[in-house]
Parts: sequence; structure tokens; C-alpha cells
Amino acid sequence: MCGIAGLIHKGKTVNIGKELQDMLQALKHRGPDSTGYALYGEGSKGDYIMRFKVGENVKEGSSAINEDKSVYDARKKQVDKHIVDLGADIYQEERLTPYSFRYVIKYDKDLMEFSKKVESVEMTEILSLGKTLELVKDIGDANAVSKQYGLYKIKGTHAIGHSRMATESGVDIRSAHPFWGYPFSDVSVVHNGQLTNYWNNRRALENKGMRFMSECDSELIAVYLAEKMRSGGTLQEGMKDSLKELDGVFTYLVATKDSLGMTKDTMAAKPMVLYESDDLVALGSEEIAIRTLLPQEIDTYDPYEGEVKVWQI
Amino acid sequence: MANLKQTKDSKAHSMGLHKEVLKGRTQQVFFNPEEAENFFYYGAYDVDFNKRTEIDAKDLTCNKLNEKINSFMQEGYGTIVVKNPQGKHSLGVGILNKLNLIFEGSLGYFGIGCIDGPVVRITGRVGWSCAENMMAGKVLIEKNAGSCFGAAIRGGDLICKGSVGARTGIDMKGGTIIVGGDAGAFTGFMMQRGRIIILGDAGINLGDSMYDGTIFVGGKIKSLGSDAIQSKLTPQDMDWLRRKLKVAEIGSDFDVSKVTKVVAGKKLWNYDQLEPTEKKGAI
Repeated sequence: MCGIAGLIHKGKTVNIGKELQDMLQALKHRGPDSTGYALYGEGSKGDYIMRFKVGENVKEGSSAINEDKSVYDARKKQVDKHIVDLGADIYQEERLTPYSFRYVIKYDKDLMEFSKKVESVEMTEILSLGKTLELVKDIGDANAVSKQYGLYKIKGTHAIGHSRMATESGVDIRSAHPFWGYPFSDVSVVHNGQLTNYWNNRRALENKGMRFMSECDSELIAVYLAEKMRSGGTLQEGMKDSLKELDGVFTYLVATKDSLGMTKDTMAAKPMVLYESDDLVALGSEEIAIRTLLPQEIDTYDPYEGEVKVWQI
Repeated sequence: MANLKQTKDSKAHSMGLHKEVLKGRTQQVFFNPEEAENFFYYGAYDVDFNKRTEIDAKDLTCNKLNEKINSFMQEGYGTIVVKNPQGKHSLGVGILNKLNLIFEGSLGYFGIGCIDGPVVRITGRVGWSCAENMMAGKVLIEKNAGSCFGAAIRGGDLICKGSVGARTGIDMKGGTIIVGGDAGAFTGFMMQRGRIIILGDAGINLGDSMYDGTIFVGGKIKSLGSDAIQSKLTPQDMDWLRRKLKVAEIGSDFDVSKVTKVVAGKKLWNYDQLEPTEKKGAI
């Protein structure tokens, strides 16, 4: 059991970090291990925002280890060198925890080449790369992660998030959601459920050059959708195809720089409650998440089996 | 050991109802009305419907709210209005006596589960597994309901004026579920007794692996599940549907003659071929 939530404001910017924080905190009982946010903020004048980590925050079940800060420093130096070698400029950098960073970068070449080079540094993973996407995930509940990274201050239009109960991989950042749709700018995915044909799909996608950073089955959805788009399909086509090609029970949310989508499997085995009005769409595994935004009486419903929905900002 | 005596065919039997009369040391003897102590329910109270009170659930946990409902029933309140339930889970569960219970708002998951007797009205929507294991009473939901609506109910009327999610009436063993809108996939999955009325459309695999019972659908059926088959709608069915919808305050202009009736094909499993004692255990 995990909790997922998402919201999109049509035509206005709000305190999206705080709104998603409240929604995810209401779902804490569905997944207390880690919390992740994909916030679509105001951007940084058209430059790329890259969030990455050079080490792990580790709890039970993880094969990763906690390391000394000096190790992280050495890796950061290597990452900086690769970025300069790639011809990118680092305009702004923040160290948010000993192991995680936020850079603002000017870069106009191939993102896959960029990502491969940066991630060639040991234990380094790009959590997100995009013009507006700010993807943060760490161990702890929604309030703890938001406070740690100052997410409650971020303004934006839409967001998706996840409170995780680790069932099929360890409690660490690399297995936490959301997953970035590598190597696509501004694509993120959160998932509630289990995929039963993970390895078949993973092997097929790896053969096509896609990368996996964890053994979490949910990562497959992000990589799957990214590969569909790399092959020329639209996000919505990829979501529809996933209903036939991904086996298991799932409800997932996907976001891009200007849209938010939802897919529910053909068994409708995982919950999702949806509120939709002219200026706001809010979704959550439980209605109590939506109630943090809208305490008054509202009309909500459960999307049906096999539904794919996409909303624009 | 109980003996099974089949009563002669009647209207009820032609509609798929079962009215075997068990003799010997059976439940009927066990619940002899002369033995009052056999009717004692822990947590059941004498209440006065004219005695009314309100509870604001805004700052209450589900435990606290349920305790409050219980203590008001103990004090004889027969009509309880709960304001601001705000989608919280497991509200109004385990009520084992007559009561008018009104929720002004929406419930989360597992609302009003394991009830036996109350009349409940919910002005909002309900989440997954509403009225699970309901034994008796009447529940009316004004808006939509989530999945597993009326899972494993054994009796009573469960009515949703809006649409319901997947697996509505899963494993139900009696009672009636009435849906004013559409129903999701696998509605009536493994149902064993009782009836489901859907005024709108039904999703894929309707009545999948159903053992017995009847499903009536007013709209389109996406697909029938394994061992679910269409059956002929009888005049008795139509009479019953009219009466049931009237009592349920729903579908006043609904044309019952256009309903599709779905029953179990009984190829996978057939209760009618069981020995009486097995039959008792199976239901």
C-alpha cells in the first residue's frame, strides 16, 4: 500500500509545495517510509534545474550504505568537472543535504548524453532535470521532507507526490517515488500498485538503451513512458499502451511541464479519488487528501477501470 | 442433522429466491423467539427516534466519533446527525440496532460497515468498501460510491443514487444493492445470494464467477464475466423492481421492461447440488 496524490491549477500559480505537503501528510498512514514530491514551479529563466544525489539516505532493506561527507565531496567535484566538460554552465548551486544538490544549468545539447556522463560518477543519480520540475524525495513523512528541503515555499501550477510503504525494494532514496522520466525534461511518475512483468519489460527497455537506477517496479513506468516518447509517441498514447503492456495492478500519475495525467489498470484494483472543477483538479488515493485543500462539501468520484485522463494547466 | 424440505414453487422461487425450511437442530430452533437471551446483541440499545442530537465530526477521530454515536444510542437517542465527516474512514461502523443516522457530507473507506438495522442517509459520497458485511437496515447515498460497495452484505437495502466503482457487491450473500448511475468492472464478482440493480451501464466482467443471485442492468453491459448468463425477465421481476425502486426513492421514471437480467450459469459451482449440511456451511 502506498499513497499517491496530485493536483493541477488551471491558469494560476499557487503555493503548490505546501498544498502537496498537506495532501501527502494526510496519506502518511498508507506509506510512512519515504515521501517524494514532483513540483512544477516557476522555473529559472529557461535554464535547466537539476536535482541530483551523490549518496544515499538508507534505512532497512537497502543494499546501499551511508558514507562519509568527504566521499560525497569528491563525487560532487567529479560531477562538476563532467558538467563543464559537456559545455554546460552552472549558474547556481545549492547543497541541500550532505548527499543532495540543486543546480541551475545552462545547456542546449542532448540530455541523454548529459545524464549518462553525470551518472557515470559512482552512486550519482539525477533525480530530475527540467525547466520547471523540482523533484525531491527522501526518507520520512511529508512534513519532514518538506521541512528538510524547504519545499513548502515553492510556488507553481501542478504537482504529484507519493508516500511510500516499501514492499518490493529497500527503504532508500533511489527506490522512492517520484521517478524522473529519464532522459525527458520535466517528466515525472508516481505509482501505487505492483507490476508483475517488471523483469521482462526492464530487459526489453535496457536493450533499447534505457537506464534503471533501482529495482523498484514503479521505476518501470517512468522508463516505459519515456521510451514511448523517445520513439515518437505522445505521452497519452504511451499511457494507453501501458494498460495493455504493463501487467499487474496499478494506478499511476504522470506529470509534464504543462500537464498532469492519470492511468488506472483494467482491474481497477488500486484506489483513486478524483475532484474536478473548472480551475482545479485534485486526485488522491483517499478523499482525505483532497479534503486538505477543500474542506467544504464537494463532488468526487472514482475513475473507472482502464481510464486514462490528462489535464492541461 | 438438519433435514431439508423444499417448499412448493412460488413467485419468490421463480425469482431466484431460496426458501428451504430447515428442520431439526437448526438455526431456527437456536433463535427461538421464546428464548430472549438468544436475541441479545452486545451494543444494541432501545432508542427513541424522536430523540435527536447532532455531532460535529470536524475535529474528531473515527474512534472518537464512533464512541460518541454509541454513547448517544446508550442514552436513547434514535436520530443522530453527523456534520462534517470530511471523508474520514470507518465512521458509523458496528451499529446493531434501529437508528436514524444522517451524515451531512462524505465518508472515506469502510464507512458504516458491519451494521445490523440502522437507516443511514449520507448526503455526500462514500469511499471504498461502504457497508461491508451489512446484515440489515437501509443505507442511502446521495452521490457516488467507491469500489467494493456492499462487499459481502447479507441483508438490507444499500442504495447509491450516483455511480459506483469496481467489484460492487463482491461476495454478497443477501440483500439488495441499487445503483442509480453506472457500476464498475467485476460488479457482482463471486456473489452468492441477493440482488443488484444498476440503472445505468455496467463495466467489464459483470457477475464474474457468481454462484447465485440476480443482477438487473438498465443500461449497457460491457461484458459478462465467467459463468454469468443472461436470463429472461419475468413479470414478477418487473413487479419487484418497480416496488423496490419506489421504496428506494430512486428511478421514478425508469422503464423496468428494458432491464437485462443476469444470473449464474452454475457451470463452475452449483449450490443446488449440495447436500443440505454443506449448503448451510457454504452460505
